Amino acid sequence: MRGVNRQARIGRIGLYLLLIWTCLFFSIPLLVVIATSLKTSDEVRTFSIFSLPSAPGFAAWVKAWYSACTGLNCGGVHVGFWNSVRILIPSVIISIFAGSVTGYALSHWRVRGANIIMLFLLLGAFIPYQVILYPLVKMFSTVGIYSTLPCIIAVHVLFGLPVMSLLFRNFYAGLPEELVKAARIDGAGFWRIFAWVMLPMSVNILIVATILQTTGIWNDYLLGLIFAGRDNIPMTVQLNAISTTSTGVIEYNVNTAAALLTALPPLLIYFFSGRYFVRGITAGAVKG
Amino acid sequence: MLAPTVLVMLVCFYGSALWTVYISMTRSFLLPTYIFAGGAQYQRLFHTPRWQVAYGNMFLFGALDIVGTLFLGTLLAVLLDRRVRFEGVFRTIMLYPLSISFIVTGLTWQWVLSPTIGFEHFVRGLGWTNFVFDWITRPDRAIYTLVFAGIWHQSGLIMAIMLAGLRGVDREIWRAIRVEGIPAWRAYINIVLPMLRPLMVTCIVLIAIAVVKSYDLVVAMTNGGPGFASDLPGKFVVDFEFERANIGQASAAATVMLGSVLAIVAPYLYFELARTNR
Repeated sequence: MRGVNRQARIGRIGLYLLLIWTCLFFSIPLLVVIATSLKTSDEVRTFSIFSLPSAPGFAAWVKAWYSACTGLNCGGVHVGFWNSVRILIPSVIISIFAGSVTGYALSHWRVRGANIIMLFLLLGAFIPYQVILYPLVKMFSTVGIYSTLPCIIAVHVLFGLPVMSLLFRNFYAGLPEELVKAARIDGAGFWRIFAWVMLPMSVNILIVATILQTTGIWNDYLLGLIFAGRDNIPMTVQLNAISTTSTGVIEYNVNTAAALLTALPPLLIYFFSGRYFVRGITAGAVKG
Repeated sequence: MLAPTVLVMLVCFYGSALWTVYISMTRSFLLPTYIFAGGAQYQRLFHTPRWQVAYGNMFLFGALDIVGTLFLGTLLAVLLDRRVRFEGVFRTIMLYPLSISFIVTGLTWQWVLSPTIGFEHFVRGLGWTNFVFDWITRPDRAIYTLVFAGIWHQSGLIMAIMLAGLRGVDREIWRAIRVEGIPAWRAYINIVLPMLRPLMVTCIVLIAIAVVKSYDLVVAMTNGGPGFASDLPGKFVVDFEFERANIGQASAAATVMLGSVLAIVAPYLYFELARTNR
C-alpha cells in the first residue's frame, strides 16, 4: 500500500514538473521580449536578449511610441496605434450589429431558405482571404474607396459577417420561441422585438462577440496591408515594417517595445475577460 | 432583413471566389483577361520552383504543426484534468499566446531563435562556445522554426477544447475505471481519449485550416526566407498578386488553397452533419 502511495506522489510531482516546464515554454518568449524592451541601446548591442536588464528603464518604450522609424518615416508606433483604433471601433460596432440582426432573423423569423443561407455563411467562413482579395480590391476600386478608412472598415465587416451571424444565430436559437411570439401578439415588429426583447438578453453574447472582433481586427495584418492605404496603416503593419527595416543598427530594445505596445491591447482584454475570451476564441477559430 | 447579408455573401464571397477560379483558367498575366486556357496556369504553377517549395512546405509544416499542437494541447488538458492546484494560473499562461497577433508572435520567435542575439548567443555566453542553433537562418531548417511558433500559439486553444471535453466525460466511467483499478494514464490512453475522438478530429480540422491559411506568421518570422526556403502558399499568392502583379499565377495558387481547405472541410462537415443527425 505504501508503494502505491509513493508511486502516486512521484506521479504528482512529475505532473507539476511537466506543467511548470510547459509554462516556461509559453512564458519565456514574452519575458525575453519584456526584458529586452527595458534595456539601454548599449546593453542590447553587447548582451544576448536572454540577459536581464542591468538598469531597467522605459526609454525604449518612449522611443518606440514617439519616434521609431520605418525607413525615413520616424513617427513612432503611436501613429499606427491611433490608426488601429480608428479602424477598430466602427468595424466592431458595425460587424456586431450586422451579425446580430442576421442571426436574429435566421433564428426567430421563418425565412425561406434559412438553412441554405446558414450553409452559405458557414462555408464562407472557411474561404481563405487570399482567394477573394483581388476581386475585392477591384470592387472597391470601382466604387472609388479603395485604400481609404471606409474601405478597410467595410472589409472587416465583410469578413466578420459569417462568424458573427452564426455566433448570434446559435445563441438566439437557444432562446425560447414564446418570447418572440408574445411580443408579436402585442403588436411589436421586427426591429422593436430586436431592440426590446432580444438585445437585453444578449449581454453575454455581445461581450463574447466584442472580444472576438476586437482581438481579431486589432491583430489583423493582411487586410490592413492591402486595404487600409498608406494613411491608415494599422499598428501590426507598422510594427512589421519597423522590425524588418534593416538600415543602420537594429535597435532591438525599441523593436521589442513596439511589439509589446502592439500586443498590449489584446493582452489586457485577455487578462481581464478570462472565460469570455476562451469562448470567443473557440467560436471564432475558423475565421481568416 | 436578410437581403443585404445574402447579397454580400453571394457577391463578395462566392462571386469573388468563382471569379478567382475562373481567372486561374485563363491566360491572365498582369491584368485579368478572359481567354480560356484550361489548365495552363496550373501546369506552369507546378513547374515553378518557388511554388513547389511553398506547396511542399505547407504539408511539412502542417504535419508537424498538427501533430505537435494536438499532442501538447491534449497532454496539457489531461494534466489539468488531474485536479491540479493553481489551475487558473496554468491556464492563463497557456492561453495568453492566443491573444497575441501572429505578427508579434513571429517577430518574438525570430528574436528568440536569432543566432546573433537569441538562444545560441545566450548558450554560448554560458560557456558552451561551440553551441550552434541557427535553424532560422538555414534554408533546410527554417521551416521547422515556424513549427515552434505555431505550436506555441495554438496549443492553448487545443488544451481549452480538449479540457472542456474531458470535463464532460461521464462520472460513472471514471468510477468504473477506479473500481477496475486501472492506472489513470492507461485510462486516458485506452478509454477516455478514444471517447473524445470526434473532438480530436475537430481540433485537427481547425489546425489544418489555420495551416493552409497561414500568412502573417511566416511574413513576420522569416519572410519566407532564407531565399524562398520557408515560403507558404498564402505568402506566394499575396506576393504574386500585389508585388509581382501576376494575376494568373496568383489566382491558380489561390485556387489550390481553396481546394485544400475544401478537401479538409467538406468531408468533415459531411460526417459531422451525418453524426449529429443520427
